[in-house]
Amino acid sequence: MSQTVVTEDDTGKESQSSDISEAVIRIAGNSQDGIQSIGGFLARLAGRSEQEVMTMMTIPSTISGGPSIFQVRLGTGDVLSPGDDADVLLAFYQHSYEDHVSNLREGGLIVYDSDHIEPNEEWLEKYRHIGIAISSLTVEAIGGTARDKGKNIYALGLIGRMFNLDLEKLERLINERFGAKGESVVKTAMDAFQSGYRYHSDDITNLFNFKQGEVDRSNQVVMSGNEAIAYGLIAAGVRFGAGYPITPWSDIMELLRRELPKYGGSFIQCEDEIASVSMAIGASYGGRVGVTGSSGPGISLKTEAIGWAVMAEIPLVVVDIQRGGPSTGLPTNVEQSDLNIACFGGHGDSPRVVLAAANVEDCFYTAIEAVNIARNFSVPVFLLSDQAIATRIEAFNEPDLKTLCQDLTPDLTPVQSHKPYDLKTETGASHHRVPGTRVEDGRYPVVTGLEHDEMGHPSSSPELHEAMTQKRRNKLKALAEKLPVPEVYGAESGEVLVVGWGSTTGPLYEAVEKSGNNGQAISALKLRHINPLPDGLEDIFARFKKIYVVEMNDGGVHGYGQLAGLLRARFADPRIQGINKTDALRWKVWEILDRVNERRSTEPALIND
Amino acid sequence: MSDSATIELPPRDAEERQPLTKKEITADHPTWCPGCGDFSILAIYYKLILKRNIYHEKVTTVAGIGCSSRFPYFVQAHGVHYIHGRALSFASGVSLSRPDLHVFAFGGDGDAFSIGGNHFTHTARKNVKMTYVVMDNFVYGLTKKQTSPTSPVGFKSKTDNWGALDRPINPMKLAIAAGASFVARTSHTNPKHLLEMMDAAMDHDGFGFIECLSECTEFFQGAFDASNPRKGGTFDLIPEDHDVTDEAAAYELAGEDFPGKFGIFYQVQRPTKNALEAGVSDAAQAKFEGKQDWEVLQSTFNRMK
Repeated sequence: MSQTVVTEDDTGKESQSSDISEAVIRIAGNSQDGIQSIGGFLARLAGRSEQEVMTMMTIPSTISGGPSIFQVRLGTGDVLSPGDDADVLLAFYQHSYEDHVSNLREGGLIVYDSDHIEPNEEWLEKYRHIGIAISSLTVEAIGGTARDKGKNIYALGLIGRMFNLDLEKLERLINERFGAKGESVVKTAMDAFQSGYRYHSDDITNLFNFKQGEVDRSNQVVMSGNEAIAYGLIAAGVRFGAGYPITPWSDIMELLRRELPKYGGSFIQCEDEIASVSMAIGASYGGRVGVTGSSGPGISLKTEAIGWAVMAEIPLVVVDIQRGGPSTGLPTNVEQSDLNIACFGGHGDSPRVVLAAANVEDCFYTAIEAVNIARNFSVPVFLLSDQAIATRIEAFNEPDLKTLCQDLTPDLTPVQSHKPYDLKTETGASHHRVPGTRVEDGRYPVVTGLEHDEMGHPSSSPELHEAMTQKRRNKLKALAEKLPVPEVYGAESGEVLVVGWGSTTGPLYEAVEKSGNNGQAISALKLRHINPLPDGLEDIFARFKKIYVVEMNDGGVHGYGQLAGLLRARFADPRIQGINKTDALRWKVWEILDRVNERRSTEPALIND
Repeated sequence: MSDSATIELPPRDAEERQPLTKKEITADHPTWCPGCGDFSILAIYYKLILKRNIYHEKVTTVAGIGCSSRFPYFVQAHGVHYIHGRALSFASGVSLSRPDLHVFAFGGDGDAFSIGGNHFTHTARKNVKMTYVVMDNFVYGLTKKQTSPTSPVGFKSKTDNWGALDRPINPMKLAIAAGASFVARTSHTNPKHLLEMMDAAMDHDGFGFIECLSECTEFFQGAFDASNPRKGGTFDLIPEDHDVTDEAAAYELAGEDFPGKFGIFYQVQRPTKNALEAGVSDAAQAKFEGKQDWEVLQSTFNRMK
């Protein structure tokens, strides 16, 4: 937030208005209040204007009811994370007010429903308070109901006025959102919205003004991370999947179940996780890359079948929306503790590919990449996301679907002869001919989890097991050579490089931006390809004195998180250190800067110093 | 997807392509012990393929883990040797995504009723189109004589030296209760009957389940003598007046003491999972007629702006 100017608003009265480049608004209430939909409207509005947007929400793990929040960060420049502290808290109930004041920056603004909230004397001095009888004013606007319906839309009107948001665009969004439910619903929503927008108070009118953005962001789509993965899979040509419900993965299976039939495909809800992964592998064997996914314990259950797909060299995409673990753990919280199971889960030597998406847009493109790697290298590919990316809404530039969409119809052209496990291919990857393909020499392939010869027939020959193990590993080495070397965010060399993956990336990049001002500049590196790691990372590491791997998982017995452990195993470099936390909350930018500064000031000089 | 997963007739140029010979569909020599019941089931499978005049590429043979599950290696056709207990889930994935193929799944009693019990129940209730033959020998053979879910009480195994304690699963009752639409029972000792059952199961539009008694001469010799006339037993067919659509009658028939009856216990026509899913898909696609996939996705994205 920046300087305060005095302007005249359309009511002809003077009011104080701040020109701002970004704002973090936290809306707190109960889950049945439609808080998410306020956030959804704001995110969609941002997607149609010059503002960038990033959101975050928490939902209670109880079946219905319970406290819920939605935090939305709107900004003129690049928005990299959902924001540390809120500028504005919109609170519906006493508990929302009391529980979330601590998330407000000092001097921040609290807009509260005076029908339900009694302000705290102490906090009145610390924060600016504006009380509005949101509940009764909503009832007044749309007629009496006992269930407080429409409060959210009324509040959206208030926010629209406070931030001087585009009235016309918001009204159009409301029309689109409720249009299908009939005219009277649209009218009620519009009444609530306009009543909120016209709420007359000098306190609230045009409090903030977003600076004009430089970049035209009008051609954006707005969706959650889970939606982006599902649509990415569809764009990639996936037409069959199978799954079992588990939070926070379920949205993806629900969406694919609903959408795939439009493309002639289907998504099957199975009796359990093992059936799901098996059915997806069956469809992959049938000729199209099948997809399954899960979260938490569901991933553990799938590991045997994934090992089979490694051995049988059948493509597969496994989506893992990570949550807090182990066991049932924290189903609605975020953690990055599934990297090890993704890379190593299962018995035996079973090399597979692991990719991690960093934000919502990345979910879309990483899903396509996962499908293509699975096809090209006949291997299972883990696509890691997490609860924070899964549920938040972002706006991103609309993908060029005409170019991106792929047709993966199986090729049934007869072949003269076929070896499903040819040992002499260039990359080590071989491709099985799908059932339905005529093999003219009459020798048909068997795909199997037993160690096998080139035709897929069982063999325990020592030479063959060695050759086949190398084949399955070498194709990942061939992939590693093709992977792009990630770009350093910030200075190309320096004292500290923070390394991260997944949803930690946004806060890490923002930490780089914020570190520059106090002479303690850091740089960041995001890893999208985790297994195999791209070649060339050692050159990047060589340019920094300290390498801190920042993760939302435990540092373990030796003090290294899961990615840090992988990197240490790969590079045997003692400069690689872990910065970890397991509070099951996303990294805040200040936390990262504090931990980095603490580490570099207390850590003894390392060998390269 | 077409509306049902029926097998395609041989192509028009079938004149040029000679029917397969037994030699052409035979692959590796089976690894089973001499005298194993599984040999006759394999022989009947060859016979079925020849009789139905199907080519290699039109069938897919899927199996889990166990002696019987080695099956795909012995058939010269596209085959899959999957993990223990999950063959039906895999086979469902093939069946639901490839309506042009006929999917056969083979397995043993451990695969079907123990580790894979959940999948058996759900594949049956969903009525996924395929033919499933359980080669039931009442014992774990590949791991050398442990109690199986169909071992009779008192059977002395390495895991029950004093004789099996647990009540065995009744495969017919289990299948009927789970909602299987074709439930039949036969034995390796009666190849003619076995072929008849496999023929009928293959014709059945849905989940066709056959329990085929298959003696393990190594670890449970004589288990099925009571059902073998050559060993002094009786092979009694299901009475001709049995109504195969009568669930209660089928269940009652399934309750008879060993050796019980042989034949089709239960058979009803109800929509397959394949047809139901294809119906959903056809209805959804009808709204986008003439549109390419990217255009369908584009219309969704247009609503997300």
